Amino acid sequence: MVAHLLRLKLTLLRNSVRRSPWQLVGLGIGALYALGIVAVCVAGLFVLRGVEIELAQTVVVLGGATALLGWAVIPVAVSAADMTLDPARFTTFAVPMPQLLAGLALGGLIGIPGLATSLVALATVGTWSRSLPAAAGALVGAVLGVLSCIVLSKVVTTATAGLASSRRFKDISSVAFLIPLVLTGPIVAGIARGIAGSGDFLTGLARALSWTPAGAAFSLGGELAAGSYAAATVKFLIAAATLAGLALAWKVLLQRALVTPPYAGTSKRRTGGTGLFGLLPATPAAAVAARSLYYWLRDPRYAGALVVVPLLPVLFLFQGSQSGFYGPFQFVGPLTAFLLAWSISTDVSYDSTAFALHVATGVRGADDRLGRALACLSFALPVAVLFSVGPFFFTGDWDKLPAVLGLCLGVLFTGLGLASVISARYTVSVPLPGDSPFKKPPGNVAQTLAVQFGGMAVLLVLVAPEAALVAAQFITGSSVPGWIALALGPVLGLTLFAVGVRTGGAWLDRRAPELLAQLAVNR
Amino acid sequence: MTFQPPGQQGQPAPPGPSSPPVPALSLLGLAKRFGDKIAVDGISLDVPAGSFYGVVGPNGAGKTTTLSMATGLLRPDFGTALVHGVDVWQHPLEAKKLMGILPDGVRLFDRLSGEQLVTYAGLLRGMDREMVASRVAELLAALDLANDAGTLVVDYSAGMTKKIALASALIHAPRLLVLDEPFESVDPISAANIRDILDRYVSSGGTVIVSSHVMDLVQRMCDHVAVVAGGRVLAAGTVEEVRAGASLEDRFVQLVGGRNHTEGLEWLRTF
Repeated sequence: MVAHLLRLKLTLLRNSVRRSPWQLVGLGIGALYALGIVAVCVAGLFVLRGVEIELAQTVVVLGGATALLGWAVIPVAVSAADMTLDPARFTTFAVPMPQLLAGLALGGLIGIPGLATSLVALATVGTWSRSLPAAAGALVGAVLGVLSCIVLSKVVTTATAGLASSRRFKDISSVAFLIPLVLTGPIVAGIARGIAGSGDFLTGLARALSWTPAGAAFSLGGELAAGSYAAATVKFLIAAATLAGLALAWKVLLQRALVTPPYAGTSKRRTGGTGLFGLLPATPAAAVAARSLYYWLRDPRYAGALVVVPLLPVLFLFQGSQSGFYGPFQFVGPLTAFLLAWSISTDVSYDSTAFALHVATGVRGADDRLGRALACLSFALPVAVLFSVGPFFFTGDWDKLPAVLGLCLGVLFTGLGLASVISARYTVSVPLPGDSPFKKPPGNVAQTLAVQFGGMAVLLVLVAPEAALVAAQFITGSSVPGWIALALGPVLGLTLFAVGVRTGGAWLDRRAPELLAQLAVNR
Repeated sequence: MTFQPPGQQGQPAPPGPSSPPVPALSLLGLAKRFGDKIAVDGISLDVPAGSFYGVVGPNGAGKTTTLSMATGLLRPDFGTALVHGVDVWQHPLEAKKLMGILPDGVRLFDRLSGEQLVTYAGLLRGMDREMVASRVAELLAALDLANDAGTLVVDYSAGMTKKIALASALIHAPRLLVLDEPFESVDPISAANIRDILDRYVSSGGTVIVSSHVMDLVQRMCDHVAVVAGGRVLAAGTVEEVRAGASLEDRFVQLVGGRNHTEGLEWLRTF
C-alpha cells in the first residue's frame, strides 16, 4: 500500500509535467535553484568537518531548527501546501491508517523541498565523519530530523486545514506574505548585523535548543563526536519521542479531519447597508467607482498592490541610508504614481466574466472607464503627492520638488488615461477571482507580456516631455525647467486622461461583447 | 411589488388587433461558430409578448450561446435578434433597457455584499437611489435573502448566488426576462417562490424565457416551449402543440434521440 501511494505521487508528478513543456521548464528551473542552494549547504557542511566541535555543532543545530521551523510555517503562510496527496481524497478508499500515514510521510520526501532537505541533512554525516559513532549518530539524527520536518508540516497543515480553507484567512495570508518578501533586503541586512555582534548568544541558543525537540535530532552527531554518550542517549530519546509524538498528533488530527470535512466559515452580517454606493452620487460612473474601491480593499489581488505601496519609500530610504545617495529616493513619488495608475490596465481582466454585468446593463463605455479611473485616483493622487514631497524632508533639495511633482502628476494622469484605453481592448492573463495573487494565471503569457511592455513603452513616450524637463533641471541645475514641468505635467496629463477615457469608452461601446468573449476563454 | 413590468404602468396601449402584435423576442437565422464547431446553426424563433417560454435541449445544444446572442452578450456571426422590435445589435443600449438577463456560467462581482450587488446593478442602469433602495429591499425579501443581505456574495451558496443574480436581473423592471438555467441548485422552497414571482410577472404582461434541463418543470411552468438540439430548433410552439398528447419528456427524447438502451453492466446486479 505504501508503495502504491509513492507510485501515485510519482505518477501525479510526471503527469503534471506532461501537461505542457513549460511545466517541465518550471520544474527544471526550480530544481536548478534548489540544487544550487543544496550544493552550497552541502559544501559548507563538509567544510565544517575541519572546524572545532562547538562551532560545527552550533551551525548544524541552528540550521536543523530553522529547517523544522520552515517546514512548519511556509506551507501555511503561502497557502501552498503540497496537496497532490490530499488525505481527504482517500476517504472513500478505506486505506488502513498506519499505511496511509507512512505512505503520505514518505510521499512528502518526493518533490524538490523534500529531496533538498534530505540531501542537506545527510551531508551532516560528512560534518561528523570524525569518528564512526559520530557519523552513525549524525545519520540517525538526519533521518529522525527529516522525518520530523515532514510530519510536523503535515501536523500543521492538517490542523490548520479548516482555517486555511476559509476565504478570509486565504485573503489575509496571501497579502501579508508580501511584506517580508518586499523587505527581504533590509531584513537580511539586519539579521546579518545581529549575528555578527552576538556569536556567544548563538552558541548558547544552539546548546539550549539541542535539549528541545527542535534541535535534539541534529545534535546527535556533535554530542557523539565530543564523546558525551550520556547526553547523546538522552537527546536520541528526545528526538525519537518528538517524532513519535508528532506522528501520533498527525494520526489523531487526520482521523478527525477525514470524518469532518473543513467548513469554509462565512462572515455573516445582517444589516450590511450599501456603504459607498449610498455615499457616492447615484450615477453609473460613481457606482463603478464605488465597486472598484471595494475591490481595492477586499480582493487580495488588488490589496496586494496596495500593501506594497507604503513599503516602497521604506525600501528606498533604506537603500539611501546604506549608500548615502538619495537619488532614487527622490523619485519614489513618480514611481508610486506609475505603479498605481498602471494597475488598472488589468482591471477588466481582474473582473473576469463578472464583466458580463456591465455588458448586460448596457453601461456606457465612458462611464465604465471613468469610474475605474476615479476610484484609483481617489487614493493614488494623495499618496503620490505625499510620496513626492516626503523625500525632500530628508534630502532638503527643495528646488527639485516642482520638477518631481510635475513628473508625478503627469505620470499619474497619463498612466490612468493610457490604462483606460488598454484595458478596454486587451485582456491579459491574471489570477482568477478568488485565487491567490501568487497563483500562476491561466492563459496566454506571450500576449500578457506584449500588452504590458507595449503599454509601458507607449507611456514612456507620452510622459517624455515631463521626463525631459526633469532631466534638463538635473543636468543644468536651473530651476526653470522644473517649474515648467510642474505646469505641464497636470495639463498634459489631464488632457491625455480625458482622451484616454473617451477613446477607451468608445472602444468599449463598440467591442464590449468581444472583450467579454476574450475574458470567457480564461474563466 | 413595485417591480411590475412597465407595460402596466401607463405605457402606450399595446397595438390594436389590426396590426400584428410585435413579439417580445424575435430571432432570425442566428448562427455562431467557435473554431471548427458550429454551436448555433441558424436559429429562428418568435417569443410572443406575455408568454412564459421554455427553451429545452440536451447538454451542448446551443441554448446558452443562443440566449447570449439574443441578449447582446455574444455577437452572432449571422442573423438578427429583435427585442420588442428593437434590434439588439444595432441599438444595444435601447434593447438592453428592455431586457433583464440572468446569464449562466459567468461570475458575479462577488466581493460585494448581496445588497450591494443588486444596488450596483440598479445604479449601472441609471436608476435613482430611492427607487433602487426600495426595490432592493423588496427583492431581497421576496427571494428569502434579507437575512444575508450583508454577507459577501463570495460566501453565498450556489443557490443563493443564483437568486442574487436573478434579483440583479429584475431590478429595473424589464419587459422581457431571459433566464439561463434559473433553477439550477436552488432549493425547492425558493424555486416555488421564484415561480410565483415569474407567474405574477407574466400575468401582468411581462415575458419570460427560461432555459432548463428539467422537462417536468417546463411542462408545468411554461405555456410555450422550443426544443433545441445540435444548434437548431427541432420543435417550437405552445407546450400543448409540441408535446402532442405525450409528456414533454417523452416527446423530447423522441425528438432529440440518443437514448442508449443499456445492455451489459450485468455484473452490477451480482453484488
